[in-house]
Amino acid sequence: MDPIAETPLHLNSYRTGPDDSGHFGLYGGRFVAETLMPLILELEAAYEAAKVDPSFHAELADLNAHYAGRPSPLYFAERLTQHLGGAKVYFKREELNHTGSHKVNNCLGQILLAKRMGKKRIIAETGAGQHGVATATVAARFGLPCVIYMGATDIERQKPNVFRMRLLGAEVRPVISGTGTLKDAMNEALRDWVSNVEDTFYIIGTVAGPHPYPAMVRDFQAVIGQETREQMLAAEGRLPDTLVAAIGGGSNAMGIFHPFLDDASVKMFGVEAGGKGLDVPNGHCASLNGGRPGVLHGNRTYLLQDGDGQILEGHSISAGLDYPGIGPEHSWLRDTGRVTYVSATDREALDAFQLCTRIEGIIPALEPAHALAYVTKLAPTLPPDNLLVMNMSGRGDKDIFAVAAHLGMDI
Amino acid sequence: MHRLAKVFEELAAQDRKAFVTFITAGDPDPATSLEILKGLPAAGADVIELGMPFSDPMADGPAIQRASLRALHAGQDMHKTLAMVRAFRETNETTPIVLMGYYNPIYVYPVESFIAEAAEAGVDGLIVVDVPPEADDELCVPALKAGLSFIRLTTPTTDDHRLGAVLTNTSGFVYYVSITGVTGTRAPDLEAVAKNVARIKARTALPVAVGFGVRTPEQARSIASVADGVVVGSALVDTIAQSLDDKGRATELTASSVLAVVEKLSAPLKAA
Ligand SMILES: Cc1ncc(COP(=O)(O)O)c(C=O)c1O
Repeated sequence: MDPIAETPLHLNSYRTGPDDSGHFGLYGGRFVAETLMPLILELEAAYEAAKVDPSFHAELADLNAHYAGRPSPLYFAERLTQHLGGAKVYFKREELNHTGSHKVNNCLGQILLAKRMGKKRIIAETGAGQHGVATATVAARFGLPCVIYMGATDIERQKPNVFRMRLLGAEVRPVISGTGTLKDAMNEALRDWVSNVEDTFYIIGTVAGPHPYPAMVRDFQAVIGQETREQMLAAEGRLPDTLVAAIGGGSNAMGIFHPFLDDASVKMFGVEAGGKGLDVPNGHCASLNGGRPGVLHGNRTYLLQDGDGQILEGHSISAGLDYPGIGPEHSWLRDTGRVTYVSATDREALDAFQLCTRIEGIIPALEPAHALAYVTKLAPTLPPDNLLVMNMSGRGDKDIFAVAAHLGMDI
Repeated sequence: MHRLAKVFEELAAQDRKAFVTFITAGDPDPATSLEILKGLPAAGADVIELGMPFSDPMADGPAIQRASLRALHAGQDMHKTLAMVRAFRETNETTPIVLMGYYNPIYVYPVESFIAEAAEAGVDGLIVVDVPPEADDELCVPALKAGLSFIRLTTPTTDDHRLGAVLTNTSGFVYYVSITGVTGTRAPDLEAVAKNVARIKARTALPVAVGFGVRTPEQARSIASVADGVVVGSALVDTIAQSLDDKGRATELTASSVLAVVEKLSAPLKAA
């Protein structure tokens, strides 16, 4: 099937997806084993009910405000703007949220849903550990036992987060199957779920997985874009012109993009992990720029894979971007051309990491450092009245050991 | 007549149950795997499920995932899996082969050529774990049109309402997964199996085979007492793993030890 041919050509809105079967054009869906199917249908029904229940929204808004610390500021990065000489650069400060990243937005939404559904046990996968920490945090807050699956390779490169999760009372289970990274952690979490169908709620950390996860996680993350919209209107009296966000599975990007998709004047750039370079085989994690459509983890989307359809592990300096897939809605937005997807290499991300730290006094996580790397290229090409917002999706404390190693420094 | 229908009919006429074996194509290497495949019917296999290796087999336990990875490391791919079926058919025209695996390697093959080549190679049916009835149009219906059976998994979580959707378009046989969980990790509970098999049989005339977790002749016998067929997979794959040398390569014992396990586990079904 030709993916382009599947995409409606004359759209009235980019914000109506997915359809009833969970598809964004060709992408998405519910490609899961029969064991999981009833669970996913149950989850979908529960989410649909919660969505129209004002008390659910009220409880979530209250937790967002008083527990997570929302709204996160929209910050004018004045010195970076001067340094780059071009667009007026703002950061959406998701790194200031409780637990240090945007991941908590989604975790609060899903744990409230778990509570409504009467689930007694929480599981999650994690790559960088940010989603694991956010999940362990909300599980502690709601008094539910929690198991986090994390690739053995990632445990090595994200030690501070592993310790944090354990302090929060979560059990961190190392995943050695496959390549020991995020995709394997997700396989393992899905296996746990099929083995514990009665009592377990699986909090997926990004806009991937079978329907309804991509739409549900997007909805919980859309608070980023909704706030950005209001904050920019308040600060500048108009909408932003340019949005830039890093792409792992795509949740922080979808969160900031989605509320603006129908505002034709707003240009959007998703930045994938270019690793050692897109021309290095299996040396990057750029599913959209270097992958092909396929089916994994319950949905159809662009994947890093070989000619036989075997999933490749990919490479990125950032454990949080090290995922061979991407949320299906991004695949659709790519094919429709509404969002432009680019990439930044490990080296470029490290440079941006240091630049931001030195001139803005903000230590970014390596994930948004990829977005920033692209901002350093894009902003100088834009006029000074171009309002650019970069999603600062997380803080870099977790990354200082990895960065030190790459810079050849001892801590 | 379709090989699958014929086997189940012949067995039923003799009041016997089908012994269904699962191995992964290319595990631990293409040559040894073909040797095992060719030996399965004589060792007692009535139906063969041949796994199409996949890097990320989400519904399988560690044993079958390792088998997939062994096969992939040894260079197995979909072309070789189909070639293996062709090679098997050179000397065996009667034992049904069902290819079992995940959608992605089929999707990228792509679907149309995969179905045509599988049918031409002598494949009888498909089990594709992660393509639910909701997506029948893209794989199941074209496979049926090409004369392949499409065998669906039903599980303890498949309630009466879903069972209807699952059984629509299912053909060949119904594969009842006896546990909630991944392959090879838990032992099935006979009473629950009996109840669920009866529930499925009340809704379809197709034979019902039961799998996931069968490891001993006693389990095989008791499952056979409540179903039309018994599927054994992890026990065979584990035997392959145990027969390998310390570099993970096949030894002289690999094929013979697997076939010996097939003989042992199928014996209770032959004695009827
Ligand atoms: C700070 C941060 N940003 C971004 C990501 C990538 O995920 P997503 O693309 O879903 O936002 C992660 C994942 O761990 C992260 O920790």
